[in-house]
Parts: sequence; structure tokens; C-alpha cells
Amino acid sequence: MNIVVCISSVPDTTSKINFSENGKSLDSSGIQFVINPYDEFGLTKAMMLKEKSAGNVTVITVGDATVEPVMRKALAIGADQAVRINNNPKDSYSTASEIAKYLSENPADLIIAGRESIDYNGGAVGGMIAEILNLPFVNACNGLEIEGTTAKLSREIDGGKENLSISLPLVIGGQKGLVEESDLRIPNMRGIMQARTKPLQVVENSNADCLTTSEQFEKPAEKSACKLVESGNEAELVRLLQEEAKVI
Amino acid sequence: MSVLVYTENWKGTFRKSTFEAVSYAKETAKLLGTDVIALSIGDVSDDELNKLGNYGASKVLSASGIAKGDSQAASNLFAEHATNAKIIVFASTYTSKMITPRLAAKLKAGMLSNVVGVPSSVSPLTVSRKAFSGKAIEKAVANTEKGIILLAPNAFGLIECGGNCNIEQISASQTTSVTIEGEEISTGKISLAEAEIIVSAGRGLKGPENWGMVEELADLLGAATACSKPVSDIGWRPHGEHVGQTGKAVAPNLYVAIGISGAIQHLAGVNSSKVMVAINTDAEAPFFKAADYGIVGDAFDVVPRLIEEIKKVKN
Repeated sequence: MNIVVCISSVPDTTSKINFSENGKSLDSSGIQFVINPYDEFGLTKAMMLKEKSAGNVTVITVGDATVEPVMRKALAIGADQAVRINNNPKDSYSTASEIAKYLSENPADLIIAGRESIDYNGGAVGGMIAEILNLPFVNACNGLEIEGTTAKLSREIDGGKENLSISLPLVIGGQKGLVEESDLRIPNMRGIMQARTKPLQVVENSNADCLTTSEQFEKPAEKSACKLVESGNEAELVRLLQEEAKVI
Repeated sequence: MSVLVYTENWKGTFRKSTFEAVSYAKETAKLLGTDVIALSIGDVSDDELNKLGNYGASKVLSASGIAKGDSQAASNLFAEHATNAKIIVFASTYTSKMITPRLAAKLKAGMLSNVVGVPSSVSPLTVSRKAFSGKAIEKAVANTEKGIILLAPNAFGLIECGGNCNIEQISASQTTSVTIEGEEISTGKISLAEAEIIVSAGRGLKGPENWGMVEELADLLGAATACSKPVSDIGWRPHGEHVGQTGKAVAPNLYVAIGISGAIQHLAGVNSSKVMVAINTDAEAPFFKAADYGIVGDAFDVVPRLIEEIKKVKN
């Protein structure tokens, strides 16, 4: 089984976010980039599926050379090869188009993206790939088992989950539940050594269309200081929530 | 020209998020000088469909015979009925997030998610949206003939206009490769997506046996219960309750954090809440920097007293 995992390189979850002076782009100085947490669930799931039924795991991304350390980390976790489509990612649609073009030439049985990336939070790339390739798509996927050529899946819905059965190939947007947090794989020394010699192919981009642009970023307005109420004076807190905040 | 809005139902019933999407669509339609057409998928009674008129829909297209979880069939249906639509509005629900990227690619329409206000321009479609998990606001533009907006939860509110709508039944066809096998819904509990108030607790509670007071407080307030990541990781509470960066993102009117320090990843999932209250023994806990109100004190003293005070005002 050929599995492709789409990887987004994103600022570490603990990063303080700043923008360039005119607010046009992220100021990446001092930021540590990591595999998007939602993609990590998918990558670990891909490794488990490969170990169960033999197969090949490719990790793919759209980015410039600066994302290669993140792709090497994915290889160290266990992916067999990596593909970097050389482009400065501009919007979800161009990113999805570039990945879909690669997949139309190199078909996969299962394509795993993350539910969303934690930087731009577009939540669109996986579904767009599915549409361009005319494949089924399940988002917020929190359970997946493969039986022959059929996938048994569940997806998060408000207040519970929905179970689906879909024939391969298909695209999923993964999240927690696909594997548990405690099962997430981290690179070991052997993996890191092996990753150095695994193939990382660079593919030129096809100058795909963009549909959206980013005009400006700003940080949300600072919150006013927290009003502290003395422990023991809970009545005052209730009064504030009722009369001032008007939320209870 | 029109504004098309997806009016999602849960077993035949609309939720606040549905009416909020229609209210938003109506405000957007005013900017274009046009009408709102709602599209509903699944069996919904005429009585329920008629409620959409009150929030500004002038026409409702009701499709039965397909499941909303079939993203291909649903996006095909939207594309078919979007010919005259300039803007297509969705509430940010799990199902919407499955349909919209497909629809965007199909129609070559710019998709703008996490949108927090009415468009500042409709030509080109320009909106403010949350990015970097709430750490930034982005001004984003769809440079396309049609635009798709996913409205962030609880970001707009409800506007009743007392209007009426016409209902039209439409046909739809299911994708053959997809079988929906059913739902598992935890009944009798308020879902985190719907909750107006959320009472959440963390490691400060010391053990799962101490959640009784959290649940009592939540029941009193008509709130849903949630928890921090460490608490769900060690199995004190179910995973479905985990709010934060890798869990659920929530946007209630009131979020009460008990014994949660306020790690940056937790705040990323809750910072859209309108009002936040922190209760923590540690005055230096980062949550006090994000909260609107706080009590520095031991949850085991503060929460029972808080319960008593709320009982007084509720009676």
C-alpha cells in the first residue's frame, strides 16, 4: 500500500508570533519550526499501517529549502522517502494543486493531511486535493483501519463521532484519535542516522493558481488586566459576571 | 445574484450556529443588495425550515436523500445550486469543514475560514479572520468571482428580522463509494460546540474523583464540562473534553478555568471565549494574564463557595 502524508512546517506551538514591520508576513527569526501537530498523528498512523500490512510511506510538502530539516525529521520518524515541491507556499489552493499534480503522476492508496495547520489554520489543503483528484474525503478523521481495499473510518462530529466505510483510494484530514497522543513516534538515534541517506526529492513547482491573498496581519488587541476578586468573596465574582460581563 | 448559506441540521433540528450563519449571510447580502438562499441537507420538517425566514433567508432549498457526511455528494449539490451565488456562507462545523475545501476547488472560489466579522469589502471579498491559532488576525482577500466564508463560532450573534421563506424541495444523489454507517452521540450532555458556558478543569484538581464539584457547577450554569490536555492524557477525563491547540477549539460566552495554569497551547484553543475566569492557587499562573476575572485561591475552597453563591442568585 502506498501512503502519502502531507506535511506542513509550522512554528512550534510555544512560539510567540510576530510579524514583519509592515505586517505582511510572519517574522520567523528565533522561531523553531516543527511538523504540524495534526500531521504528526497522520505520520504515526501511516507508520503503523505500514508495519501491519507492508507498504511505502512518502512524506510530501510544498516549501523552500528551509523546510528540509522538518522533512528529515519525518524521515527519521520512519517515512521511506520525502518529496519537496519547491515553492514558497502562497495559499491553500496552490499548495493543494501542486500536491495533487504530483499525486496524479505518482498515485497513492491513502493520502493523509492534517485537519488544519496551526499557522494559517486554513483547513483546506486535504479537501482540495481530494476534489482535484476526484477522491472521497473525510475530515477531522479520528479513527482509521484498512480492511483489504476498504477503509473503516470515524470522523469527529459535534458531540460524538460518525462511522463511515469508503473504498480506497481516499484522502483524510487527520487529528488526535487517529492515534493517541501517547503513541506519537519521535525520532530515535537509528532513525536520525538512516534519515540522512533516505531520498529527499525536490520537484519544481508548476506555478499553480492562487485564489486568496493575505493583505495584513496584526495581533489581537491586548486584553485589559484581569480583575482579581479575593478568595472568600465569591459573591463579588458572581455579581461581576451577572452585572458587568452579563454572561450568567 | 444571491448569498447562499448552508443551514446544517442535527437529526432534523437547527442549532444556534445555523441561525448565526443565516444572520451573517443576511448582513452580507445587504452589502450586495441581494437575497439569502438557504440550502438544507437531510430530512427537516417544514416547521423547522420556516424558522430560517426569521433570520433572513428568503428561500430554502431542502435536499433529502443524501447524507451530509458524504462530502463529495454535498459539494456537488452546492456547486449545482451556486450558479448565481456570489458568496457562500457556512458555520464552522465539522461537516462544513469537510464540504468547503471541495467546493472551493470545484468552483475555483477563494475559501476564507475562521472569519470573525462581516466583509469589509465585497469586491474583492475581504474579511478579517483568525490565524496562528488565535494569536493573530489576518486581513484576507478572495480574488475570485465567488467567495466561500466559514464563520467562526459565536463570532457574529443572532439577528432576528421576522421574515418568511419559501421552501423548495430539490433532488440530490449520493456517492456510491461512501457508506455512512451511523453516529455515536453522547446523549444528555451539552456539546462543547453548542455550549454558551464551559466549566473546565486541569491538573490542579489532583484526581478524577474530585470532578464532582466541576460537574455540579456546570449543571448549575447549564454549562458543558471540558478539561486540559494533561488531564485527558492521563485518563482522568475523556478525550472528547480536551480543549486546546490539539484538542477542540471553543468559543463560549463564558469559560471558567479551574486549576488550569494556562499553557500557551491551552489558551490557543480557548482564547475566542468572550469572557474568561481563572481560579488557581498560583498568582503567577499565565491564565491570569488572559482571563477577565480571577480568584487566586484553592479550587477546593473557592469552587464550593462559588456554587453556593450561584445557587443564591439562581433561586
